[in-house]
Amino acid sequence: MNVTINGAAHELPSGATVAQAVRRLTEVRNGVAVAVNDEVVSRGAWDSTALAEADRVEVLTAVQGG
Amino acid sequence: MTTDARGTDRSMTDAGEADRPTAKARGGDRVTTDAREADRLTADPVDDLVIGGEKFSSRLIMGTGGAPSLEILDQALAASGTELTTVAMRRLDPSARGSVLDVLRRRGIKVLPNTAGCFTAGEAVLTARLAREALETDWVKLEVIADERTLLPDPIETFDAAERLVADGFTVLPYIGDDPVLARRLEQAGCAAVMPLGAPIGSGLGIRNPHNIELIVEFASVPVILDAGIGTASDAALAMELGCDAVLLATAVTRAQRPDLMAQAMRSAVCAGRFARMAGRIPRRRYAEASSPSIDRPPTVHR
Repeated sequence: MNVTINGAAHELPSGATVAQAVRRLTEVRNGVAVAVNDEVVSRGAWDSTALAEADRVEVLTAVQGG
Repeated sequence: MTTDARGTDRSMTDAGEADRPTAKARGGDRVTTDAREADRLTADPVDDLVIGGEKFSSRLIMGTGGAPSLEILDQALAASGTELTTVAMRRLDPSARGSVLDVLRRRGIKVLPNTAGCFTAGEAVLTARLAREALETDWVKLEVIADERTLLPDPIETFDAAERLVADGFTVLPYIGDDPVLARRLEQAGCAAVMPLGAPIGSGLGIRNPHNIELIVEFASVPVILDAGIGTASDAALAMELGCDAVLLATAVTRAQRPDLMAQAMRSAVCAGRFARMAGRIPRRRYAEASSPSIDRPPTVHR
């Protein structure tokens, strides 16, 4: 299954969850937020939310700014 | 005379038209000329800044953008005395070392996520929701810019996003142009504060339209936070003298040659401007007015 994580192509096992996608980038959960196809997936739902082919996953955190 | 929620006289604006000899601002009688008292007064609970029901003793809100390193940022934040500081939301970089969040947590500074980089209401709403999820705060500095060249805020998109975020339970602090009408409309829409610019972001041009800032202050009953354009300490003092409740700045400190020293300067300037506002400035006059008595002078011999 091919998905996009922060703009880069990734191959994940079929039925992979949001949590698995996040782990491609970081083991940290605090201070991290995820949107799949422009919808926020709350941290508590990462393990139970399955991704689908061609999903766009954005993994964000706070940086210096403003 | 209009009075805001904290009882501060808001019509005491430019003394050119306000020929009032005594300050009526609450707390004005507490101000002393003893400089040693200044630090104590800075933390005076009577003069707390209140945003969305939350109290702050510092009226300097910092941004974190532009600092050359987290260490320098940390020193500058400490010197500024700030209790509320903005961060941006960006894609997680697995190679990043250290986090601005750790710095803020160590210092006990409340985090204010912004929506910098958003061009539409939809982007801003999504960014705010991601920030709420990541940072566990429903506060957001709403920033929707119109173009990369000026970074000026788009009033239409900003208002649209503000309405949606207020409806979604956010405490919304919108960054806007120096437009008194838009400020009023955003307050009516339920925003917790309004943040008019002094000049474009990062320009350091100071407050280009002090009259409009005064008008915004005069009509607002939510805090007015001067945001963007501050170049040096006198700009921050002017914002407070005009009646703003707080100042938000980043670049002026983080890109100064000595960020920690400029942070200290901004902290002092915000306090000085606040005290001057509370004290009530003298009216401007075209001609001199003697400060020494004009009677009982000894006879003068004209040669």
